[in-house]
Amino acid sequence: MDHEDQLSVDNLSIWRGERCLCRDLSFRVSSGEALQVQGHNGAGKTTLIRVLTGLGRADAGEVRWRGQTLRRCADEYRGSLAYLGHNNGVKLGLSPRENIAVASALLAVPITSNVDAVLEKVGLRTHADLPCGMLSMGQRRRTALARLLLANVRLWFLDEPLASLDVAGVTLLTGMLKTHLTGGGIVVFATHQTMDLAPCPVKTVMLETSA
Amino acid sequence: MKFTALIERDLRLAYRRRGELATPVIFFVIVTALFPLALNPDPALLRTLAPGVIWVAALLAVLIGQDSLFKTDYEDGSLELMLLSPITLEWIVLLRVFTHWLVTGLPLVILSLLIALLLDYPMQAVGALILSLFLGTPILSFLGAVGASLTVGLRRGVMLLPILVLPLTVPVLIFGAAAAGRAAVGDPVAAPLYFLGAMLMLAITLAPFAIAAGLRISLES
Repeated sequence: MDHEDQLSVDNLSIWRGERCLCRDLSFRVSSGEALQVQGHNGAGKTTLIRVLTGLGRADAGEVRWRGQTLRRCADEYRGSLAYLGHNNGVKLGLSPRENIAVASALLAVPITSNVDAVLEKVGLRTHADLPCGMLSMGQRRRTALARLLLANVRLWFLDEPLASLDVAGVTLLTGMLKTHLTGGGIVVFATHQTMDLAPCPVKTVMLETSA
Repeated sequence: MKFTALIERDLRLAYRRRGELATPVIFFVIVTALFPLALNPDPALLRTLAPGVIWVAALLAVLIGQDSLFKTDYEDGSLELMLLSPITLEWIVLLRVFTHWLVTGLPLVILSLLIALLLDYPMQAVGALILSLFLGTPILSFLGAVGASLTVGLRRGVMLLPILVLPLTVPVLIFGAAAAGRAAVGDPVAAPLYFLGAMLMLAITLAPFAIAAGLRISLES
């Protein structure tokens, strides 16, 4: 069981200043499952996702990947996750094509010849060589989404992935998530909109605001 | 290959916002040009002051340029991707600081030739001056980057950075100005240059760890 792709969280507590965002939170997400982090604005969804990626720090509890704590397997863990945060991580001075080249380098995957295929898939083929600063917010978001398709990583962390996407963009992303999940991947996401990922199993974790 | 892609990224971005990067260089030229105006424009006096003036101006110019090092990457989320990359963060920041020095520090070194002329610095000693800046400005870049990594998340980090870093730059200033000053009067310059070289080696090997740790702390919350 230990070697299976599984993200497990045990008794996680996160405090920010005087506020407790979560106390003794425990859950498991396994291969093929999605986890939706729920809670209203300011409940700590972003903070929780950042802790799960290893960017943020938890005050108590452990996050384990394949049975090992993140501290023990930090390098391996970073090699198996992709993160899409509030900020796109897209350089506005670079074109989508150049951004994808940088993203490939950072993911330590070769810049493959399928860049065009990836651009086609996220619908940026015709805008591939314009600086992202000239593109709309939705197109920048699509450039960021392209990152998810570059490497075959198991874990996707998506924080408000639907922000500024149009209807076609939402369909695109939903399709990407389903393909990823049926391929045995794991998705952890936070969104206020409804996302229909059926038939893939979606677990939820609710963050309550407590005093 | 992944490293060349990262260097290419920085150089390309630098080229596309070259106006912004020119600021420290222009600052360097203007500050050094102010001295003959404020002091007595007597060539003998300027000649004595030249090494110190050039070095202090270069130091401030490099530190001003370092503030922007991680700022845009922090704001647009690129820094998070660097931290989450399977590539060791220390390597990434080493490349980042190096390319940033190429576009902000190296022009200073080259322009100091012009300033040397302006301040009547003896031309036969100019090689030592250039060499001292060539060895010294990368050290300043690394020290500035340590400060930048700690202040990147702060809204008012601009003024905090020089205050944090300036005390640490003192040894570089002493040996750098000493090399340039000794060369001007014809004394041997090997000793201060060796010291600068040793400090540069220390900076290259140790600073990336401090910078990476600073970035991890800055992005934790």
